[in-house]
Amino acid sequence: MTGLRITVKGVTKEFNRRKVFENVNFEISNGHSIAITGPNGSGKSTLVRIVAKVLSPTRGEVRYYLDGVDGSDDVVRDAIGFVSPYLQLYDEFSALENVMFLNRIRLNSRRLSSADTEKILGKVNLFHRKDDLVRGFSSGMKQRLKYALSLSHSPAVLILDEPTANLDDEGIAVVRQIVREQTERGILILATNSAEEAAWCEREITLK
Amino acid sequence: MSTVAGTYGVFLKDFRSEIRTRYALNALFMFVVTAVTIILFALRGETPGPDVLSGMLWTVIFFSSMSGLARTFVSEEERGTTLTLQLITGPSIVYFGKLLFNVLLSLVLSVAISALYMLAFPGFVVKSFEMFVVTLVLGSIGLASATTIIAAIIAKASTKGTLYPVLSFPVLLPLLMTVMRATGMSLEGEPFSEALGQFQVLVAYIMVMVAGSYLLFDYVWKD
Amino acid sequence: MKYVKYGAVVIITFVMIAGIAIPLSPSPQGWLEFPVIPGLEEKARNIFFHVPMAWTTVVAFLVSTYYGIRYLRTKKLDYDLISVSSAGLGFLFCVLATVTGAFWAKFNWGSYWNWDPRQTSIFILLLIYSAYFALRSAIDVEEKRAALSAVYAIVAGLTVPFFIFVMPRMLAGLHPGAKGDAGGQGPLFESGMLATNMRVLFYVSLVGFNLLYVWLLNLRIRTARLERDHFTSA
Repeated sequence: MTGLRITVKGVTKEFNRRKVFENVNFEISNGHSIAITGPNGSGKSTLVRIVAKVLSPTRGEVRYYLDGVDGSDDVVRDAIGFVSPYLQLYDEFSALENVMFLNRIRLNSRRLSSADTEKILGKVNLFHRKDDLVRGFSSGMKQRLKYALSLSHSPAVLILDEPTANLDDEGIAVVRQIVREQTERGILILATNSAEEAAWCEREITLK
Repeated sequence: MSTVAGTYGVFLKDFRSEIRTRYALNALFMFVVTAVTIILFALRGETPGPDVLSGMLWTVIFFSSMSGLARTFVSEEERGTTLTLQLITGPSIVYFGKLLFNVLLSLVLSVAISALYMLAFPGFVVKSFEMFVVTLVLGSIGLASATTIIAAIIAKASTKGTLYPVLSFPVLLPLLMTVMRATGMSLEGEPFSEALGQFQVLVAYIMVMVAGSYLLFDYVWKD
Repeated sequence: MKYVKYGAVVIITFVMIAGIAIPLSPSPQGWLEFPVIPGLEEKARNIFFHVPMAWTTVVAFLVSTYYGIRYLRTKKLDYDLISVSSAGLGFLFCVLATVTGAFWAKFNWGSYWNWDPRQTSIFILLLIYSAYFALRSAIDVEEKRAALSAVYAIVAGLTVPFFIFVMPRMLAGLHPGAKGDAGGQGPLFESGMLATNMRVLFYVSLVGFNLLYVWLLNLRIRTARLERDHFTSA
């Protein structure tokens, strides 16, 4: 997927009439990356959810243009890979099942074979635990599995909320590799508290 | 094509999850046994007429559905997997997948409860078998089609368990009145053609509820 | 709104005086005598109160659903405020219609409650809107509360045609116009049973109760807006 451009225009979000943030604007296209920073409670997680189009803004709009054409909801969903502490997996299924079942539900994606899934799990160093139930996973392992899930359909946009939460050094190295690959071929949007992670991106916007 | 595949994917996920955890089935089984036992004690060997029996059958089906059918949405909300589903697929796929699962669950429920009634109550003798089967099938589909969107609504509310029957009952009443009448007729052994009017009402009810839910589900599902 | 307020007060006062004071006569002469309707007699006076209340209930719930739909399309919380204000009034008129109806039923049909199709329908309406308010109180986020309660009101509204078509087949009717009614003529005021003066007073009453509704709705919306602004600025 080439020529994807995301525009965020005048986005404001209120909960029960309390403003979380006001008038956020940015634009990003293929091969670029942006970090969203700000203190706790500044609405970083809310903003990335709005950018991923799973939450509607109170005012303003988010649009995905594919080769200049405004993308439909299906196109948008297929373009996005999303990792967040708010994203949860199914405890009663194994790592392999989580990735395979959820990919079956995803529209327009080619059916993932077991071999493909195993390859993706290998990438996040979970291959040896692929048949274990997620119930027994540590929080760091769950975080890695979220990466496997988000990358399984080779998304054009990767949206990461607190990318290294719960991860050890080895996990952080895996994430760095994923981030590097993503910035080469697509778009990276990253919400974080850490200046070090924000420095992975070309640009930074700060929420108050 | 991919819409059908996605819907089936949601259904399959819920189905396997249920098979693995038996969360709904175990609780429901005990619920049904308890309810039927209470009725047996209350009757003390008396044999009520067909109308009372069909009313008692649907009372148990109604309340057991109310404790089982909300599960599909409530469990997603409790585990926090709603966001996961929102990210990977569209609202109508989720709705139809969940609807399919609820139809299956209410079919299993009503068949099991009917079988139990036939065993437990000597007076519960189905004289028009086809009429009874069609009533049971249409009734279960109707039950699921009306209550699936209500399950999605209450999943977002704070008092989920108590609200579900409260919200569902007024919506289900036309269905319940119709299936109770049709079940009563099948116990009395009336010819199949007599119940055609009731079946038309049930089919219309299912179509209206599914179409309405399909159109409104976006507003419930998207935050 | 001032004229609506005074209009409602004047008209309803007039209806109360006229509806109760005008004497019945077996052979009415002119405007100041009502005919005796066999079976109803003095009880017929309730038609000036019970029926307009029931109609106003329907108007209030329709207005509520209309603004619920507008909220869903525009996401403007002000529409939700109008919708819930109207639903509350609909509930109030619904209770009034139920109570006046139950008394009428006691003296005409022998008991307060008979599960006649219309009694069942109004009971269901009460249930639906009790459920609606229970649902609202169980959701914390305003936007979510507005959207979910509007969806529920619409879903519940979808069953109305079934009540109209299914109920009469299931339950024996007692209201005029129901299946099995001796004359089989529609509701009272459509059949020839009402004299012109009764009919005029009935429509005047209908206007009066609807004006009362409009005034109360306006009042409720204004107080709700004040409350909202108070809590937002605080």
